[in-house]
Amino acid sequence: MTDQHIEAGLHSLRTPAPQGLLDKVLDRLGLGDAYVRVEGPIGPLFVAFGRDGISLVERAGEAGDAGDFEAAFRATFGRPVRRIDRAPELIERVIDARLWGKQKAAGPLPLDLHELPEFEQQVLRKVLEIPRGEVRPYAWVAAELGRPLAVRAVGNAVARNPIPFVIPCHRVVRSDGRIGNYGAGGPTAKRAVLESEGMDTTEMERLPAKGVRFIGSDSTRIYCYPSCRNARRITQKHRVPLRSADDARHAGYRACKVCRPVDPPFRAAVA
Amino acid sequence: MRPLGAQRGANLQPIPRGLCYSGVYMAIAANDPLCVRLAANLDEAFPDLVVDHQQLVFGVAARVVGEFAAEDVAQEVFVRAFRALRKYPAERISEMRLRPWLARMTLNLARNAIRRRRTEVDLADVQETQQSPDHDPVHLIQRAEDQERWARLLAGLPPRYRLAVALRHIDDLSYTEIAETLDRPVGSVKSDVHRGIALLRAAYDAEQRGQERGMAKEAV
Repeated sequence: MTDQHIEAGLHSLRTPAPQGLLDKVLDRLGLGDAYVRVEGPIGPLFVAFGRDGISLVERAGEAGDAGDFEAAFRATFGRPVRRIDRAPELIERVIDARLWGKQKAAGPLPLDLHELPEFEQQVLRKVLEIPRGEVRPYAWVAAELGRPLAVRAVGNAVARNPIPFVIPCHRVVRSDGRIGNYGAGGPTAKRAVLESEGMDTTEMERLPAKGVRFIGSDSTRIYCYPSCRNARRITQKHRVPLRSADDARHAGYRACKVCRPVDPPFRAAVA
Repeated sequence: MRPLGAQRGANLQPIPRGLCYSGVYMAIAANDPLCVRLAANLDEAFPDLVVDHQQLVFGVAARVVGEFAAEDVAQEVFVRAFRALRKYPAERISEMRLRPWLARMTLNLARNAIRRRRTEVDLADVQETQQSPDHDPVHLIQRAEDQERWARLLAGLPPRYRLAVALRHIDDLSYTEIAETLDRPVGSVKSDVHRGIALLRAAYDAEQRGQERGMAKEAV
């Protein structure tokens, strides 16, 4: 038997790489990222997504043209992104659900937050829970995460939200009722987004100016954040304005189990 | 050139020790065009690196972990290769020798996978289940039998010869590339391959004689 015979025999053991290996590798490396332009509540948005879900959102007007958005994407993730006409169905459903309150998307939301520090991810996931048409203070997010003093850290995390509108950072406001700042266009834009969701921002800011932080019901003896759906359905004659959670408890009220209202930490420390 | 015995990794430039050992000085080869493109625009050229090298990476991985688990290893190799290339300066990328670099990374990751799994996969078992793209049944059976025989003969070799023979004649790496991959002198790689082939031939002949004797007995 010749060497050629042996070599041919061994050569027959070669097997081609499985199909789809390239796609899987590119997916894992995030080289499969794309973005679309969609209408948002206060103007058009660029929405980028990859294998793990939505990764970056910016206002199209603010980011100027698509080139700026592509540059911003590359600066954030260190990889390119390509423009496509229409998002995959799952992404499209999520955009509709989060931006317009259309039917809820089932299952975990496809959001790519992996590049963020763990705490920022926790903050943004918590912010996702704030219902449309309602607001919660930064202090609430901090308390919910079991870090009641980390109010500033929550503020910073929300300010760096890479996926505004989809993750509703506009629904996080200051405990004193002021609307607070907003990365995607400042307080004016924040007010406009909230108004588009049906919030009465004038009312929202008017109550705390009078020292009212919570609304209680004298029939159920429960107190809520003013924008909580349970507060909004208290009839006018049973509405009781409350200055703090401490006051409410002293008056015999208990916290709403839906909005779980808390006092801001520094006020509580003083009291 | 790195002195013979230099610590592995002390010199980042991948200079094959085997070349020094055999006293042959490497000609300054022109850079691999793919490497030049990778250095210029990694994101754009990387898919071509995968396309050009997936058979090599998958094959080498299959040699160690079996075909069933080889795809995961291959994915991991390319993902890590990309991350590594992203950190390298362009100058270094344009001078790289991709095949030995990838083959070595594949061997290391495949061996890690085996270590995690704690079960050795028998090459012969794996090759047996291999799918053939040929659908003609008679041809298929013939082909499968041939492959099975070669896989079995190969599996019978001592591990050191088996890997060298497989890298040379299945995965089609050159002797210098194998030397770089295994970090061993070219001379010993060559002798391993040749001894491996000699053993294969002996085993093949023994099998043939066994079959002939069997047939002779039947005839009687």
